[in-house]
Amino acid sequence: MYSFDMTDEQRMLTDAVNRYATRTLRQVYRQAEAAGEVPDAAISAGWELGLLPASIPEALGGFGDYARLTGALYAEELGYGDMAAALHLLSPNLVAIPLLLGGTEAQQQQYLPLFCDAAFPKATAAFLEPALFFDPENLQTTARRAGDAYILDGRKTMVINAAEAEWLLVYANEEGQTQAFLLPAPTPGLHIGKRDHWMGLHALKTYGVELAGVHVPAQNRIGGEQGIAVQQVLNSSRIALSALAIGLARGAYDYARDYAKERMAFGEPIAHRQSIAFMLADMAIEIDAARLLTWEAAWKLDAGKEATHDAYLAAQYAADMALKVTDGAVQVLGGHGYIREHPVELWLRNGRGIAAMLGAVIV
Amino acid sequence: MSIEFALPESIANQTGLTRMMAEQVMRALSRRYDEQEHQRPWEYINVIWPFIQQIEAADLKRSLSKNGGNGAKPAEKKQGTGNLRMIHMIETLSWGDAGIYLSTPSSALAGAAINAVGTPEQKERFLKRFTEGAPKWGAMAMTEPHAGSDTSNIRTTARLDPETNEWVLNGEKIFVTSGSLAGKESNGIIVVWATLDRSLGRAGMRPFVVEANTPGMTIAKLEEKMGIRASDTAAIVFQDCRIPYDNILGSPELVAPDATEGKGFKGAMKTFDASRPYVAASAVGIARAAFEFTRDTLAKEGIVIPTAPPYHTLSAMQRDLIHMEVELKAAWLLTVRSAAQLDAGQPNSLEASMAKVKAGKVVTLITQKCVEMLGPLGYSRELLVEKWMRDAKINDIYEGTGQINTLIVARRILGYTRNELK
Repeated sequence: MYSFDMTDEQRMLTDAVNRYATRTLRQVYRQAEAAGEVPDAAISAGWELGLLPASIPEALGGFGDYARLTGALYAEELGYGDMAAALHLLSPNLVAIPLLLGGTEAQQQQYLPLFCDAAFPKATAAFLEPALFFDPENLQTTARRAGDAYILDGRKTMVINAAEAEWLLVYANEEGQTQAFLLPAPTPGLHIGKRDHWMGLHALKTYGVELAGVHVPAQNRIGGEQGIAVQQVLNSSRIALSALAIGLARGAYDYARDYAKERMAFGEPIAHRQSIAFMLADMAIEIDAARLLTWEAAWKLDAGKEATHDAYLAAQYAADMALKVTDGAVQVLGGHGYIREHPVELWLRNGRGIAAMLGAVIV
Repeated sequence: MSIEFALPESIANQTGLTRMMAEQVMRALSRRYDEQEHQRPWEYINVIWPFIQQIEAADLKRSLSKNGGNGAKPAEKKQGTGNLRMIHMIETLSWGDAGIYLSTPSSALAGAAINAVGTPEQKERFLKRFTEGAPKWGAMAMTEPHAGSDTSNIRTTARLDPETNEWVLNGEKIFVTSGSLAGKESNGIIVVWATLDRSLGRAGMRPFVVEANTPGMTIAKLEEKMGIRASDTAAIVFQDCRIPYDNILGSPELVAPDATEGKGFKGAMKTFDASRPYVAASAVGIARAAFEFTRDTLAKEGIVIPTAPPYHTLSAMQRDLIHMEVELKAAWLLTVRSAAQLDAGQPNSLEASMAKVKAGKVVTLITQKCVEMLGPLGYSRELLVEKWMRDAKINDIYEGTGQINTLIVARRILGYTRNELK
């Protein structure tokens, strides 16, 4: 059937994540932006929600089953709270979920219990490259087989929390195929570079990473003979990005709507004018459309259907939508929207990043 | 309850059959009835009528059961699939040909109004005819020459003649879809909106059922249109048109003028909850026709949409195709949601308007883009693409223009009345 209502369990989960987003993230995000990092306490509080362990089967230390749709639901709430904190909090997913999707049984048993601990796991992935024509299926970082090891060479960017990471999942080009290699850090040849500086997401600590002849044992390549299906990983990233975009946009829309109802001009609230009200109506429609596209793609993937193109379209749409909506929110606030006292300018800067962040978040 | 996107198998099967009809019957007639405006596509009408009779019979049965045995308490609301089924059918038929689809013999908007607010007796008397005999049409007459979206401003009057206990209608209606088919060419019905008391505005408005060929009702004119030319669009004049007292839909009692919504008007709004998803579905069908044709034509030239391409590798043509594809999907999902809500007995006025706004925009954008992308071929009447563009435009206009539906969405999300947000 077609149905658009969450299960009771999903409702409880999203309510809990929404409380965290509004009571914790929304309290710290502005200061975090100025300080350049999300406070550890806020991340610990988020980790206590158990979102990742809830995706890992009991046999591997978790307490649930992996579902992209549920991921989309909680990621939207996190995006509503704060994009930078959401990306930080979800960084362990970047290792755990590819392992769930494509790891061998031995790899899953060895590594997944690490993601079910009480402490926030220090694990992240290096996927994006500082290249003008970045292509996930034709990476410039290379992996060469040498005996029972691989040798990795290349440069990565936007590696979230790389400086503290104990494990890095590095994606590299092995004879034309994208493969993933789990690297302990530090490792000889692995250089964590300077911190990246982005237009938005100032609270998110990301780094450039250089790999110069890094040796990694062959058994650390994710998956068996076939390795990993990168589109499968990317699909989960597309769902995550879309959901974050939707949450971000919803936050901006809520703020602009409330502002428009209070801001007086010519003796009445500006929301009484169609030029403002219609912008808000279009935002509401676009947010819902993006959410439906995302849910459908996630549902199809969870049902085991081929839905790479659906996920791709949903992510394209959501990225465009988030930019349109956050830009609209700044516009509704007018001059005040441009002033950093209001959050909408930050949300617009964050929104612009979404289209460039494939592989930087996974649910 | 859970979030699901699975099409029930029975609807999938039905869509397969509808698709055959669309492909083999409708597409073959498309150009002819576009050029021969005001002629009826009987080849289609005769083929579809037996199916429509079945749907009408099921709808009537369901609607009567909602009234309960004697018009008492409505039966328990339970999840149906009627509207979901309907939007799939409409989408596919409109993919075939939107003008011919609009000529489908059925109770249409008249049926929706009667099902929404009619008594069991009215349902039997007016809707049973759609389950038997020769093809018939239903129509809704709301718009007047000076009142389009501004429905509360209609001037057609209904006056009770106490001597004969009849309503007497006077006025002029325009843009009545299937007006001639329903009012003159078949034993159909027209739901006519009239006012009992103009000083009451919306509160004074009521729908009345007028049967075909009732004296005093004249089909004054058949419009010539930009598109959907196979569809009959009539102007109808009422001159002392007398109808039985029991042909009023809803209560004849008038409420105070300061009540924000009159009962009659609410009845009309209720029919929009279903008709807007239907129009959105029709829009999506036309858009899909144009999109698929353009995509397949370009594919023959080697321009294809890869599964998940990096954006920088795409040509402008490919980007346009991807943009159209996802916009189409977005409009369709909004439409499906609004229909599924209706089936589940949930309020859907906001979502129905959202779907209508989006689908109206998307079909306009896609069909115009397809004409552009195909160059001289797109503009040529040798192909159907230019026709689809002409057919498309009405979807952003009827059942509430894009602007009116945006206004409805805006009022809802802001919690504003029509006085606060004009």
